[in-house]
Amino acid sequence: MISMLAEESLLEICAIETHSLDEYESEQPRWCKGCGDHGVLASLQRVLRKNNLEPENVVSVSGIGCSSRLPHYLKTYGFHGIHGRALPIATGVRLARPELPVIAIMGDGDCFSIGGNHWLHAIRYNVNALVLVLDNEVYALTKMQASPTTPDGWKTNTTPRGTYLHPLNPLSAVMGMTNVSFVAQTATWLPAHLDETIEKAWDHHGLSFVRILQRCPVFMPKAFGEGGLNFPVLFLENDDGIPVHPLLLKRGRAQAHDHRDINEAQRIALAVDPAPMGLIYQNPEVPAYEEIRWQRKDRPDRATFLQRLDSALDRYTVS
Amino acid sequence: MSGSRRVRLPEHTVEIVSDAGEGAQKAAIAFAQVCAKAGNGLWTVEIIPSEIRPPPHTTGSASGNRIRLAERDRVTNAGNEANVVLAFNEMALLSRLEAGSLAHDVLVLIDDQWATHEVEKHRISYREVLDTFRARGATIIEVPMERETLRHAEDAQQGKNMFAVGLLCALYSKDLDVLDDVIRVIFKTKAPEVIELAVRLAAAGYQYGVANFKECFEIEAHPTDVPKVAMNGNTALALGAISAGFELCSMYPITPATSASHALSEIFEDFGGFVHQAEDEIAAIGVALGASYAGMTALTITSGPGMALKTEFQGLAVMTETPLVIVDVQRGGPSTGLPTKIEQSDLLHALYGAPGDAPKVVIAPSTIEECYYILSVARKIAEEFRMLVIVLSDANLATGQQLFDRPDVSETPRRAPLDLTPVPPGALPYDWDPTTGLSERRIPGQPGGMGVTTSLNHDRNGKACYDAERNQRGHSMRSRKLAALQQSLQPPRVHGAPEGDLLLVGWGSTRGSIEEAVDTARSAGLEVSSVHIQFLSPLPPGLSDIFSNFRKVITVELNYSDDWNDPLITKENRRYGQLAWILRAATLHDIDCFAKVPGRPYMPVEILGEAKRILEEQSVVENPRERLIASEGAT
Repeated sequence: MISMLAEESLLEICAIETHSLDEYESEQPRWCKGCGDHGVLASLQRVLRKNNLEPENVVSVSGIGCSSRLPHYLKTYGFHGIHGRALPIATGVRLARPELPVIAIMGDGDCFSIGGNHWLHAIRYNVNALVLVLDNEVYALTKMQASPTTPDGWKTNTTPRGTYLHPLNPLSAVMGMTNVSFVAQTATWLPAHLDETIEKAWDHHGLSFVRILQRCPVFMPKAFGEGGLNFPVLFLENDDGIPVHPLLLKRGRAQAHDHRDINEAQRIALAVDPAPMGLIYQNPEVPAYEEIRWQRKDRPDRATFLQRLDSALDRYTVS
Repeated sequence: MSGSRRVRLPEHTVEIVSDAGEGAQKAAIAFAQVCAKAGNGLWTVEIIPSEIRPPPHTTGSASGNRIRLAERDRVTNAGNEANVVLAFNEMALLSRLEAGSLAHDVLVLIDDQWATHEVEKHRISYREVLDTFRARGATIIEVPMERETLRHAEDAQQGKNMFAVGLLCALYSKDLDVLDDVIRVIFKTKAPEVIELAVRLAAAGYQYGVANFKECFEIEAHPTDVPKVAMNGNTALALGAISAGFELCSMYPITPATSASHALSEIFEDFGGFVHQAEDEIAAIGVALGASYAGMTALTITSGPGMALKTEFQGLAVMTETPLVIVDVQRGGPSTGLPTKIEQSDLLHALYGAPGDAPKVVIAPSTIEECYYILSVARKIAEEFRMLVIVLSDANLATGQQLFDRPDVSETPRRAPLDLTPVPPGALPYDWDPTTGLSERRIPGQPGGMGVTTSLNHDRNGKACYDAERNQRGHSMRSRKLAALQQSLQPPRVHGAPEGDLLLVGWGSTRGSIEEAVDTARSAGLEVSSVHIQFLSPLPPGLSDIFSNFRKVITVELNYSDDWNDPLITKENRRYGQLAWILRAATLHDIDCFAKVPGRPYMPVEILGEAKRILEEQSVVENPRERLIASEGAT
């Protein structure tokens, strides 16, 4: 019998995948045809297989919206919660069970608008979780209302004469937060880049924030230059970043970027045209909140527990 | 004692008030501990301004404590009008008169520095306030507290409160050595010179009292062998949460709940738990829910406005059948309302605040001792029934201190390790027992149990579904659990006789005052009884039978109801107290209510007065002649 450690390194060396993809498949997705959510689901299933994860040891958490149905279709433990609140639930799971990998899936309205407070604070807590925002720049499940990222002047059911405000830039927002540790942007029309980005984010220790651009084929078919056909992007290149395959260069040019330099990352995050694609910032040294908390808490046996409770009561004992 | 007369009393109520920051609260704590150590029964309540440093020398700045001490070892409430008040200035004194807290013949001890103060305004108001008190029949002892303190300290603000404790110990014939010990414990983290000064000032106050008081009191104490603890309800909740095996308290600062989390934060890590201060009230319950879903025992502690923000998550806990405990330490509302004061106005909100039909358990501790034990009950129900349990405490329990028997830690429930045994093939995530609605909970990490837990309506397979039949099924299964729990409850015990003219029904912290009013009424020959309800949802069995044995039933609660005599108020539009609404709906009895919002606990005499008024009304209506005899015999 080989030891756990030996088994792990054997798996690593031989790159044996012990699970098949369909072991991570649950019911048939009910998303619209052409929706980017399908691609993210497939990409997630691939990363779970690649990491040889037991389906019972992964928790996916979501809010409300089209993309938040993802836990229904991923065969792990899943929690499909309420609008905007995926991150507090994910934080709770991490605090309770730091050994379980957690994936939080949200939409743009879900995360940036109704869940905005949780979003910014989650960056600061830096719990070790994969946080994916599937950004189609519109509220789709409620049938086409402007979201914080809806482009300038676009017409929706709540802005029939065009939006009133410039769209929110989620990248610069997270890059302004203390303890930010991983920020990347990718798009579903770049499937290989999406895979590589999710994999890189999965490997990061800390909160990996990934904004995934994806077109809503029903309500915003013309978004992102009709789903990437005509959307200016800038690929961020670094040996330790997201690989830029030569084929990608047809979609936009590449530029060297040091994702460990926070000032450079903040500058890049401010750029919207062309949109930066790839790893914007990474700092693996930021401690994860749940680990700080677990390090500080004791795990007394029952006898010690009772003895300590007794001394706690001493303080209030009067006679 | 130097020629002074000693008067023996069964009990007394004392108030100590100063400007916020002058230390009256610390003085009161020290005095209460001296009494507790002697073996007096006691109940203390904080008098708290809403601001940290309100403008000094105003009625709004009064801060301190009320202490009720008694010969008997069990005191269940803060008592009636105070017999003694020690005030650092006349405005603090006046504030207690305005609050209706003082007896007409109250003994006032007051710092006399204002009589000759350089500010004319203070001199005038000091004289006016004291004249008002004299006219009401008060006895006033002016004490040079400032001057005497300055003989020992450079700054009278640093220590006048210790001089005050010394005075009180002399007034109540307490042992100076005990006070010395108590002060050394209270200040144990301070520098030695600070402790020595405090001890010296307390002794000076004591000597002053012994030399100058013509009369002092003695409330005999009976020390027992049963060890006692004195703590406030929030501390009891904190220690109770540890004892109950909670591992996470997720919270956001809000008055008056927060001090429970303070008490937990200090020691929770030593017990394998932690307090998570979330970014807001919503996240606080979200983190608790996520942790509970993942198998950690979690609770969240809040007050009214925080409860409002948590309602959507409450619905999620109900729908997903995730065990969760919320403690709501109620305060005055609506909106910011009276943040530091007591009210029992969140009952209907706790029951019906969450959108949709969201059946949940609501329980209320009625004493500080119950605050310690109630979280074990809450946890057990939450886990066994996969339910949301709301515990309704209030500002009176939160900040009051009561003596109770020291809990036996060996009776602390055992904590089972996380059970990650594989889920048997074919088992369903919501395998509802058709009779009880109960189902087996599964926890991430259990092989074979993968699947989504969803906020959408779902069937036994946990799959989202939208059809009428399965929506009805899900609702009835979640509701059925309440019925199953109700079947296991006992009918509440009636305090007093099981039948009579008037039954008072209470819940939460009003218990002590109600039962004391009942005892006084019964000893005067009135047929008044009371019943106290701990389970507000589900209601305990037998209520209708109990109510049937009384000619009239009223609830006594600290929340708003329209007064029958108010303009426009009719039988059709009158709004009742919250428990009264529920009991009327549940029992079809014509239950009335004594429900007001004074921002302080009811005094037993107020409840007694209401009971007498009702009994008198009854006899006027039913037998005008008998009325005279009854009231003469009773009063």
